[in-house]
Amino acid sequence: MRRGWFLPITATLGFAFLYLPIMSLVIFSFNENRLVTVWSGFSTKWYGELFADPQMLGAAWRSLQVAFFSASFALVLGTLCAVALVRFKRFRGRTVLAGTVSAPLVMPDVITGLALLLLFVAMESLIGWPAGRGIVTIIIAHSTFCMAYVTVVVQSRLSDLDLSLEEAAMDLGATPVRVFFDITLPIIAPALVSGWLLAFTLSLDDLVIASFVSGPGSSTLPMVIFSKVRLGVSPDVNALATIIIGVVALGVVAAMLIGFSQQNRTRARRG
Amino acid sequence: MSDSPRLPPRRPWTMLERSLAAFGLSGRALVIAAPALWLTVFFLVPLFVVFGISLAVKQFGRPPYSPLLTTDEGTVQLTLHLSNYLRLLTDGLYVAAYLSSIRIALISTLITLLIGYPMAYAIARAPERWRNILLMLVILPFWTSFLLRVYALTGFMRGNGVINQVLGVFGIEPLVMMQTDFAVYVGIVYTYLPFMILPLYTNLVKLDGALLEASADLGSRPWQTFLSVTLPLSLPGIIAGSMLVFIPAIGEFVIPSLLGGPETLMIGRVLWDEFFQAANWPRAAAVAIAMLVVVVIPILLLQKAQDAIVEKGR
Repeated sequence: MRRGWFLPITATLGFAFLYLPIMSLVIFSFNENRLVTVWSGFSTKWYGELFADPQMLGAAWRSLQVAFFSASFALVLGTLCAVALVRFKRFRGRTVLAGTVSAPLVMPDVITGLALLLLFVAMESLIGWPAGRGIVTIIIAHSTFCMAYVTVVVQSRLSDLDLSLEEAAMDLGATPVRVFFDITLPIIAPALVSGWLLAFTLSLDDLVIASFVSGPGSSTLPMVIFSKVRLGVSPDVNALATIIIGVVALGVVAAMLIGFSQQNRTRARRG
Repeated sequence: MSDSPRLPPRRPWTMLERSLAAFGLSGRALVIAAPALWLTVFFLVPLFVVFGISLAVKQFGRPPYSPLLTTDEGTVQLTLHLSNYLRLLTDGLYVAAYLSSIRIALISTLITLLIGYPMAYAIARAPERWRNILLMLVILPFWTSFLLRVYALTGFMRGNGVINQVLGVFGIEPLVMMQTDFAVYVGIVYTYLPFMILPLYTNLVKLDGALLEASADLGSRPWQTFLSVTLPLSLPGIIAGSMLVFIPAIGEFVIPSLLGGPETLMIGRVLWDEFFQAANWPRAAAVAIAMLVVVVIPILLLQKAQDAIVEKGR
């Protein structure tokens, strides 16, 4: 095998490309100067300003609520869909369901957003619900596109699953529902956690779909950030980004460590 | 009832099964029906609504489009306008935007591949204890906000940004990078690089080292081995990674609007402006339908063909 200089150098440059912009963002969040790129001394005043901005805080809280409920609905719907597709091999409309659930994965956000908005408007004039748009319509929209991702994650775990455990439980007289809650659910739990986290992140991150289906006074955090950033630099966005990056980095490192220790434990058990 | 004494009756699933049975539903039917119903109402029906409204015209009022069905003294009249679609074909802006989206997405996918492939290869060839850490470094940006990463680039590339300040130290004139197509390419490559690296890594890490040794023993130079062994074997990873970049890039809105200039035409941005700036809902709907036909349906067919090839290969 060639141990040349080419691979290490491109990899180093690649990681530099990925991380330098993020690092400069973090560094300049501690800059005293309003001009984000001119350094004039260490300061944490933008963090203070961030936490004193009711618009930003309100939007952050709203986004967390939306992400929590969207991820939870998407988890339930996506898991049901995955169970239907993996466990029930034959039913009418299976191919349609399989195609429809994966379609949101390739659908551009602008189309998803526009389509749902037009649906909500049409529904409002036909049956009077949803009355206006706001947090509820955003949750519905996010649940729909996130459920596709949950389905993919849970589906791959379910199809790897050893069927004999479920069959054994059935033979011992457990009903299908009980088998699902007692056997299947605990085994696929890690996939459910990663599916929920993925859905939560996607919902928290979405700007385009939320912009279409939100109403007055229900701006999510990405919408507020986008309108600020579009007008130019804003140091409090740097501060916010630093907090988000810190939280995510901690979470990912913790997940890695848990994964490592589990791997080690299984290895130790296997001897 | 299958309620044998072995099953404690107060368990939640027994309650669930009983209440389902009371409505004459089997668990199986409900498992299928719930997601199917949700997707029908909130995914399939909206697409038909978009198609319907694309056949209306803009008018002032609530909702801001002409009704398709009108009743006039007991007769129901259906009015369909093709003007939006005619406009898409005749106004050069829309055709140019579709073409330029495809071009920008293709070129940036290619650049992402050229950067991502050696990175994935380097990670796959790295000592095992390093691999997980390097992979984590690739995945980490994906979990942080997409919007904030694009914003990080604006701070990097703007007129008095980090790059130009570094160049200034060496006495080089500041470069104009923001609000150009160049910035859009950088933005797409920057944000979608992890999507390219992950499938490539999964593929390359499985590559059998014996094949490479065999090729070397038979007298191939390293680049010959790469072209005749590694590259063909990693084709599934290349296709998977390229699709993961190309598909979202083509409908991208955030990157062209924050990094691109006024002349950067991308169809996602055209749709957005049609809706939010011009408030022309029917025109935006027609743009969406055209996008479905021109872009999304070919991608779905392509994916199907790709799956078939992968299945065949097994």
